[in-house]
Amino acid sequence: MAIAKVCGIETEYGIQVRGAESNPVAASSALINAYVSGTLRNVDWDFEHERPGADARGFSYPDSFAPEIEMQLVNAVLTNGARYYVDHAHPEVSTPECLTALEVVRFDRAAEEIVRASMTAAKRLLNDGSEIVTYKNNSDGKGNSYGCHENYLVDRATPFARIVSQVTPHFVSRQVFCGAGKVGSELAGTSSRAVPYQISQRADFFEEEVGLETTLKRPIVNTRDEPHCDPQKYRRLHVIVGDANMSEVATYLKVGTTAIVLAMIEDDMIGSELTLANPVSAIRQISQDPSLTTTIALRDGTRLTAIELQWALLARARKYERSHGLACVGDDVAVDLLARWETVLAGLETDRNSVAHWVDWVAKQRLIDGFAHRHQLNPGDARLKAIDLQYHDMRADRCLATRAGLETLISEHDARTAMTEPPETTRAYFRGKCLQRWPAEIVAANWDSMVFDVGREPLRRVPMLEPLRGTAELTGALFDECTTAAELLARLDA
Amino acid sequence: MAEHTQKQKQAPSRTEETIDDAPVGAPQAEKLKAELDDLLDEIDEVLESNAEDFVKSYVQKGGE
Repeated sequence: MAIAKVCGIETEYGIQVRGAESNPVAASSALINAYVSGTLRNVDWDFEHERPGADARGFSYPDSFAPEIEMQLVNAVLTNGARYYVDHAHPEVSTPECLTALEVVRFDRAAEEIVRASMTAAKRLLNDGSEIVTYKNNSDGKGNSYGCHENYLVDRATPFARIVSQVTPHFVSRQVFCGAGKVGSELAGTSSRAVPYQISQRADFFEEEVGLETTLKRPIVNTRDEPHCDPQKYRRLHVIVGDANMSEVATYLKVGTTAIVLAMIEDDMIGSELTLANPVSAIRQISQDPSLTTTIALRDGTRLTAIELQWALLARARKYERSHGLACVGDDVAVDLLARWETVLAGLETDRNSVAHWVDWVAKQRLIDGFAHRHQLNPGDARLKAIDLQYHDMRADRCLATRAGLETLISEHDARTAMTEPPETTRAYFRGKCLQRWPAEIVAANWDSMVFDVGREPLRRVPMLEPLRGTAELTGALFDECTTAAELLARLDA
Repeated sequence: MAEHTQKQKQAPSRTEETIDDAPVGAPQAEKLKAELDDLLDEIDEVLESNAEDFVKSYVQKGGE
């Protein structure tokens, strides 16, 4: 049976300084420092086990990859179990490990609130009228892209080649409900008249079917093999193909359907019938056709629309639910996910306005088309691109997504609580609680361990190689009974 | 808002006539259009006044 689909999402935000000269690295650091210095004692990230050069296909690039994150940049671990750091030239938040898609949405919402609070804090600190503004999108419209990556726990025993061939049809077609929409195209030689609007922010940037890269020649399936947990038992599938979503339901569907598809692959219940002939051209074709009528070729010569491909996956998921159950993605969440998956496909097929409150690219297109019609604008007009950008604007008084009538799944209160409280059902609980209780004794932390200094030599590393240990259920009593970090370590030794 | 929508959907069934979707569709479409008009008014207000500069100056290098 498929293992629990522990999952998370990491979002790089676009960043811009208004009213002053600044480089993006300095601005990202200032933004994060403004938040961290105001809220908690900074605990550094621990790079001990980072291996971004390891490849799931079995080889590794020990020398060709510098550590992804330069050490001197801001890199904080938060009490909700998340990581908040400067990645290259962007502020990035990685949610803590979550057990369900709904939990991911809650912590992604918390991440948005953290970024908003950072903007407010930074504005106060800068005190010169300048302002750091962030955007939850994936492209600057000029050929530069930055990512919103998902991570899923997968059984190491599942052949990687099977994952690649069977998850690709989903990665290529799921954009019909989780694409964030984009005005124009960034492919060389594609005019705004040829592609005035497309479904995905990211599709223009994918050039390979499978590979290790994330910044050039981006692959639809990324092979980074860095499990951040017991490598004998698990993989972490690192997914770089998605758009960042403003719609909570879109994030929910993106993560939830992908978790279900991966569970089916683990249990070998997808089959090879849906294998695509040419995934790279298919992902672009689908993105560039908001009418949703274009067909793409399967390897056996059949042609299907993206919606038909999604219906085929949903039918398999229904069958899988009956034969295996969906406990691995959370039983309650699974029933709701399957229902929404069906509703969104039916809506896109018959009356897409009926799902404009769920699907970002549909919601955005309504604004773009309506505005263009009202002001008689041609494709390529800067105002249409401004609407595209401002849809993702993290300033509350400028954001268009929050005005577009999107359905919310998470209350304001729950999102705010998740800014500081960890999820209870993964090891993130242990990380977050330790940081809440004993920040002065924690020297460093990362996904799979924490390092304590309780005054005696040597430093103590507590390994956390099992994502489902360290939960509230397993460690809640421990936190109730220990008053110091030294006591906690003694209890863990016992 | 959801309640409002539902009321409109129920209206034709009370007439006990076999009628097509038009009477349902028309007020629905009007409502959608009115919503969109309000939204567009709001966009007119909050959209960056110099869209050209706003879009041009948004450049993001490096990532992932």
